[in-house]
Amino acid sequence: MLQINDLHASVDDKSILRGINLEVKAGEVHAIMGPNGSGKSTLASVIAGKEEYEVEKGQIVLNGEDLEDLAAEERAHKGIFLSFQYPVEIPGVSVTNFIKTAINETRKAKGLEDMPAKDMLKLIREKSELLEIDRKFLSRSLNEGFSGGEKKRNEIFQMAMLEPKLAILDETDSGLDIDALRIVANGVNKLKSKDNAVVVITHYQRLLDYIVPDFVHVLLDGRIVKSGGKELAHELEEKGYDWIKEEVNA
Amino acid sequence: MSLKEKLVSSFLAFENEVDVDSHIHNIRNEAIKTFEAKGFPSKKEEAWKYTSLNSVLKHDYSVFPKQENAIDYKDIKKYFIHDIDTYKIVFIDGKYSSHLSQVTHDGIDVCLMSAALNKPKYRLVIENYFNKIATKDSLSSLNTAFSNEGAYIHIPKNKLVEKPIQIIHFSTGNEAALLLQPRNLIVVDENSHVQIIERHQSLTDNPVLTNSVTEIFANKRAIVDYYKIQNDNKNASLIDSTFVNQKDQTNCFVHTFSFGGKLTRNNLNFYQNGERMDSTMKGITIIGDKQHVDHNTLVHHIEPNCESHQDYKGIFADSATGVFNGKVVVEKEAQKTNAFQSNNNILLSDKASINTKPQLEIFADDVKCSHGCTIGQLDESALFYMKQRGIPEKEARALLMFAFSNNVLSSVKIPELKQRITKIIANKLGVNIGFDL
Repeated sequence: MLQINDLHASVDDKSILRGINLEVKAGEVHAIMGPNGSGKSTLASVIAGKEEYEVEKGQIVLNGEDLEDLAAEERAHKGIFLSFQYPVEIPGVSVTNFIKTAINETRKAKGLEDMPAKDMLKLIREKSELLEIDRKFLSRSLNEGFSGGEKKRNEIFQMAMLEPKLAILDETDSGLDIDALRIVANGVNKLKSKDNAVVVITHYQRLLDYIVPDFVHVLLDGRIVKSGGKELAHELEEKGYDWIKEEVNA
Repeated sequence: MSLKEKLVSSFLAFENEVDVDSHIHNIRNEAIKTFEAKGFPSKKEEAWKYTSLNSVLKHDYSVFPKQENAIDYKDIKKYFIHDIDTYKIVFIDGKYSSHLSQVTHDGIDVCLMSAALNKPKYRLVIENYFNKIATKDSLSSLNTAFSNEGAYIHIPKNKLVEKPIQIIHFSTGNEAALLLQPRNLIVVDENSHVQIIERHQSLTDNPVLTNSVTEIFANKRAIVDYYKIQNDNKNASLIDSTFVNQKDQTNCFVHTFSFGGKLTRNNLNFYQNGERMDSTMKGITIIGDKQHVDHNTLVHHIEPNCESHQDYKGIFADSATGVFNGKVVVEKEAQKTNAFQSNNNILLSDKASINTKPQLEIFADDVKCSHGCTIGQLDESALFYMKQRGIPEKEARALLMFAFSNNVLSSVKIPELKQRITKIIANKLGVNIGFDL
């Protein structure tokens, strides 16, 4: 599904990613862990097509297609979804209107008609129940005055509505209490299938107890320095990152 | 001959034409003298520092066209709010168009200024209200000197006018260049409520300059809801001077939507002559090319326990320029005043500019006054967020601009008008928004 080859990226001439190699197959869950400043969020933004980042070298390939020349919205149309660490507030645009616009623009890009209003309502009802979202919540302005937990739940709600092929969850666990974490993780798990893939970016093991990864990668100074199974996450939780740094330096 | 000379020398002919014996002859005569002494404002005057009239004054305008022109309703239907029943006062090249209008004398007067000035039964209202709050600045004086036609609206007490009133001025291009000087008088008596929509629309690329003056009187507990749609074509300019006099417990709202025109200047003045009242002025300006929009507002808090709210949003593309000059005066007696002013702007290009200047003059000591102005760009992180969800750049930018304007748009109380304005904005931004905001 996703193949990243020797990816180098920088922002404002500061090099952040220095040769990332990663392969994610359909049906897999990958976790990317690493200390602050290691490049985790940058990797997510670069895959999603944020323009501030300069890709200097390497490729990101989604289902055989090089994404280099595609704008962020075109990547979204191809099925890439990024759950933001800090979702942006957009006053004046309700959650419902926003997701309707997102879905219909995606359909338009694929040459499809707008989704009939009835189907849209049904889909919204279904997916909001999945994430235990109150109907009143849907008519509020997008992310405006939302609590941390509400913002993240809203991100996963949008993911559920858009049914992406590749979902990247950037620190989706930060700012969540245990109940919200459970709801969000439950939502992600229900959306998982053999046809899609999930990349979870996180600091902590906590979320990985709920969304169990097939692979865990450690990102350090813009490179994946170690990969392993889910037990690697436990090891990191126990021992921190210093031992890996030492391993790398040695 | 300069435009000023032409106007001054045309005055006698104009009065002969309309009615030299009119009881407002003295008012007109004084006004032309004031205009002659002051001339057109120049950038040397503080209030005109950022707006130059030079480019609009250079044309050889016809100053009072006599010919009547007809237009087919189907050609101009789109400029009306036509999906609801309304009263209409329509002018073509400054002349009243009876076949496009729907006026009334049934319990309320929705009719013509020319009739009100000539017929004895309106004389008392004219004597009590005409030219009582318009200032003696040069442009208002010029309008007063040539005042003859416009809307005359008088709502007696205890009337809830259910149909909005549309005042629309069309210009057809019959004249090579046309100067229009509509004069409106609106008197709303105790406990009455009226909604008015005003629009100036040029149907030609010939230069048109409109120097409009509107006086609005809200008597006790009256509610006046006034909307100005300024979406004119590239050679049409508008100087709008609106004066609102409020009595006890009144509520007056003026919304100004400035989406087009070569040069637009809005002088909006509220005088609070009473207690416990509310004045609201809101605006959305979205312009591009070399267009210029200048909002010059004044709220004069004279007595205690009153509020004023100002909220102006501006979006400027290309080489467009904007001005916001908001003055709030709180007199010594006006204790417990709440006065709020906010002006937020987005510049979409390096060549666009906005000059924003709040002016607060507060002489009372127990008041709440606030003002804030911002100038920024569209939020890049919000754009990325929307694009990530599949919304293309153009639509994402439009949605952000709608969101930015939403506070003003959401306070439009006529749903069909709100829809229309949303559509005008969507057209302007080149997008098709699939829902009502």
